[in-house]
Amino acid sequence: MEQQLQQLKEEALTKIQEASTVKELNDVRVAYLGKKGPITDLLKGMGKLPAEERPKMGALVNVVRESVTESLEAKMMKLEEEAINAQLEKEAIDVTLPGRPAPTGNHHPLTRVVEEIEDFFISMGYEIAEGPEVEKDYYNFEALNLPKGHPARDMQDSFYISEEILLRTHTSPVQARTMEAKGGSAIKIICPGKVYRRDNDDATHSHQFTQIEGLVVGEDIRMSDLKGTLDLFAKKMFGAEREIRLRPSFFPFTEPSVEMDISCFKCGGDGCNVCKKTGWIEILGAGMVHPNVLKMAGYDPSVVTGFAFGMGPERIAMLKYGVEDIRHFYTNDVRFISQFHRTEA
Amino acid sequence: MLVSTKWLNEYVNINGINPADLAERITRSGIEVDSIIDRSLGMTNVVVGHVVECVKHPEADKLNICQVDVGDETTQIICGAPNVAQGQKVIVARPGAVLPGDFKIKKAKLRGEESNGMICSLQELGIEGKLVPKAYAEGIYVLPEDAVPGENALPLLGLDDTVLEFDLTPNRSDALSMLGVAYEVSAILSQGIALPEIDYPTASEKAEDLLKLRVDATVVNPMYVAKVVKNIKVAESPLWLQNALMASGVRPHNNVVDITNYVLLEYGQPLHAFDYDRLETGEIVVRHAEKGEVMTTLDDVERKLNSHNLVITNGKEPVALAGVMGGANSEVHDGTTTVVIESAYFAPSSVRRTSKEVGLRSDASTRFEKGVDPNRVQEAAERAAQLMAELAGGEVLAGSVIFDELDKTAERITISPDYINSRLGMKISMDEMLTILERLRIPTQAINGQLVIDAPTRRQDLKIREDIIEEIARMHGYDEIPKTLPVSESTPGGLTPYQAKRRIVRQFLEGAGLYQAVTYSLTSKAQAQAFALETAPVTELLMPMSEDRSVLRQSLIPHLLEAATYNVARRIDSVALYETGSVFLGEEEDGLPREVEHVSAVLTGKWVDHAWQAETKKVDFYVVKGIVEGMMDLLGLLEGLSFEKAVIDGMHPGRTAAVLLDGERIGMIGQIHPTEQKKRDLKETYVMELNLERILSAETDELLYVPVPRYPSISRDIALVVASGTSAGMLETIIRNAGGKLLKDVKLFDLYEGDKVEEGKKSLAFSMTYFDPERTLTDEEIVKAHEKVLKALTEEADAQLRG
Ligand SMILES: [Zn+2]
Repeated sequence: MEQQLQQLKEEALTKIQEASTVKELNDVRVAYLGKKGPITDLLKGMGKLPAEERPKMGALVNVVRESVTESLEAKMMKLEEEAINAQLEKEAIDVTLPGRPAPTGNHHPLTRVVEEIEDFFISMGYEIAEGPEVEKDYYNFEALNLPKGHPARDMQDSFYISEEILLRTHTSPVQARTMEAKGGSAIKIICPGKVYRRDNDDATHSHQFTQIEGLVVGEDIRMSDLKGTLDLFAKKMFGAEREIRLRPSFFPFTEPSVEMDISCFKCGGDGCNVCKKTGWIEILGAGMVHPNVLKMAGYDPSVVTGFAFGMGPERIAMLKYGVEDIRHFYTNDVRFISQFHRTEA
Repeated sequence: MLVSTKWLNEYVNINGINPADLAERITRSGIEVDSIIDRSLGMTNVVVGHVVECVKHPEADKLNICQVDVGDETTQIICGAPNVAQGQKVIVARPGAVLPGDFKIKKAKLRGEESNGMICSLQELGIEGKLVPKAYAEGIYVLPEDAVPGENALPLLGLDDTVLEFDLTPNRSDALSMLGVAYEVSAILSQGIALPEIDYPTASEKAEDLLKLRVDATVVNPMYVAKVVKNIKVAESPLWLQNALMASGVRPHNNVVDITNYVLLEYGQPLHAFDYDRLETGEIVVRHAEKGEVMTTLDDVERKLNSHNLVITNGKEPVALAGVMGGANSEVHDGTTTVVIESAYFAPSSVRRTSKEVGLRSDASTRFEKGVDPNRVQEAAERAAQLMAELAGGEVLAGSVIFDELDKTAERITISPDYINSRLGMKISMDEMLTILERLRIPTQAINGQLVIDAPTRRQDLKIREDIIEEIARMHGYDEIPKTLPVSESTPGGLTPYQAKRRIVRQFLEGAGLYQAVTYSLTSKAQAQAFALETAPVTELLMPMSEDRSVLRQSLIPHLLEAATYNVARRIDSVALYETGSVFLGEEEDGLPREVEHVSAVLTGKWVDHAWQAETKKVDFYVVKGIVEGMMDLLGLLEGLSFEKAVIDGMHPGRTAAVLLDGERIGMIGQIHPTEQKKRDLKETYVMELNLERILSAETDELLYVPVPRYPSISRDIALVVASGTSAGMLETIIRNAGGKLLKDVKLFDLYEGDKVEEGKKSLAFSMTYFDPERTLTDEEIVKAHEKVLKALTEEADAQLRG
């Protein structure tokens, strides 16, 4: 009987190895372990054995039974895995086919530049101030120390609606309005917006363009504060390794007035075509708020001082992204705008 | 302003300073040097030649065979210039010379005759044609007789010079003169300055014996100086003078005119020279013109004058338009022997107005417009008299004829060093400030720790304390200013709710697939009110540059449609653009139009384009509607949002809706009219325009959490057959009203119009969700509610349940 069991085991294990489908394997299970299988038969026949042999034989049968079961389960797992793999193989797709496009759209490059500038100054505690695009001559010129008859306010350069009303030529009237509205208290604002000048549209001129200006007014605001602010701004906007330099200049609403250059972000200052071989790029105009401007807005210039700066997002976008013609910003060619989709961070 | 460094060197020693370094230092301390022009342009081998013989070329009419002494030899040169002649001293480019434009001179044969170089015109040496004296404009230039053959011609012509081109800001009119530049450069370099020494012999006869002067318009002409010079010989100016003028961009004429121009450039004081005899009356009267009075200016144009134009007259008729241009009748000519030199102060505003009116901007008028130095009016006249004596053989009559009521006092500015330092955020010592002001030759006294400054009249930009701060800062160097940040009380900063929500709107629209456009605010009259949500009087420009940009827009749609057309014409068939911007509705009480910010979009072509999975969808009304709904949902305004069919000019009458917020019209969406599409070369195109200000300022409920349902909701679907004209919106309203408080949601999920329903009918299917937050609903309750809905649909919309 022991021999018979051994033989049975060998036979079963061979059949298990030979089974190639789950069904065949199930047949093997039924054939050997089923209620009508030889092992059950053997167990049933144990009653005929002498009582003292029964435990030994019982244990033996169980060992065989376990060994067959174990082998069966292992094989079953293997076959199931193969079946799944075969199924997955069938489900395979071409991963190189194009994906379903997610909707895309993005900021106009000018908005991108403006928001980047806004966000920097917001982090420095500035607010964003806006004002009308059609302005009174008073806010556009007079309140900014440009009295009537001043050469810088030539009719030829501005779009007038009437003698007293015009399309603003800069965003500075927002500063004048803010100062007037604040009635003598401290100010920290950024003023972005559209402005208009009587220019023929060409590669470097546009009758409509954008400006972004800043104004800080308070007690003891110093020129060094202007320099420090602009230095941080330049590093944030154009790279941590940028240096700035100030050059004397002239604007009617600031005194002293300066122009700010940054070290060229393309060549690092060695000289290239972006910086016209000088190593420096002119970025913005700035200065200390002219006492007349403060006075007109109701501030006492002997106590309160301030600084202001202004720049052109078009120029910055042109420099940053290498855009050669200002008209691209107003043509709204999708092939142009869509290039400003990706992040730069 | 063109500054010849060769000329500048006569006042300030700049020998040994590289022009590029000098330019950099000038730029850094206040005046931007735009360009540095090397007048030699790399030329070599250009020498003085003496035309020993000049005969016609036997084979060519227009050519001459010249034998030219070039110092080391006499060589043959063929010359085609009409004015070449034997005995002339000329400019010769010898073989091996390189002229501007990389023009290499080689030995050549011209019609069989050898030519060893070229006799040059000034143009060939790189001088602009408009600066070449008229006598030599069409031919070679002839040098003075004393030129030595073989000598380098470039220094003789002043071409061994570097010119700095200044880009002057309006405040620095002091640098519109060589002396002003000399003051600036001497300050920068801490150098001495050599001013012209004026000294000349005078005749015993007095100027006032010959000339009478009367100024009637004393306000606009507070100072007038006239000097008289007799026995003038009008001739060509000496070469150095011609060179100086050409280097400064002024064309030489004759010695008298050249001297007035030279002094203008040197002092910044415009002068005028009259022919005394042609004045006829021996009198000068300065007055305002009579309205309609006529005069012919130097350029032979007859000009009709106005009563605000200031004129110089001979007591009878105008002989010059003051400060702008002389008259043809009193012009200096070759036969002039007695000259009246005029040096005056004309009010800037008067000159500006007249020069603009007559369209004449000259070197003189630009200086008068900025205001000349009151203390140099007399001196400039003396300087001109001196040069006329020296260079034109003139005999200067004693004294001047003068009218003078001009205030010449210096502006006194008192400022403390502490004040300067506190404004700059620096610590500059008083001594250093005094040194800087001394370098600038700004008379300053230190009194009780204060700087007491008498601003020189040549520096009209120095009027207030801040101007002095700038002088100190720029000469000390802006690089020295430290970098600090404002130490005012800290402010939180940030966007206003409006600004923050506008950013959210932009981000939503971009996330939905639209690109942001920026279009022009100015448009044509025809387009100004097209598609406008609201119209008002149009805001019009006084002087538009073109009809296309003559008024302000009242809708963003026309320019967005233009952008769509632009893209479609470039084979970009699918366009989805949006814009946020102002429309201008005139006119309010204060004269300004009402500016309202709108958000608009244009969409055409495919909305979803994923063809290989058969997922392609054209833009349609519902795409645009979905965008509007999504945007309003994000802003918490979905509840108050509704749409109603609308008829709007330029829009498809069956595919346009007004957009309402809480029952108020805030915008519109729809397809543009097919005729508009055709006119604009567009296919099916949809637009939307919403009043962004209205949307962003709308009140919204506070965002409060509603408990997540603990009991299940139950859905029931119904399919209805209704008349084709019945709107889904109406059915939904009926369902909602009838469903009561248990009905939580209604969703249309199917729409069918076709063979399977009766002609003139359509089928719609809705899914309804019933729910009670407190408990699980019973079947009975749902059936009851549902039946109420069905009854209402039947009664109110004649709807039948579809089998
Ligand atoms: Zn560079």
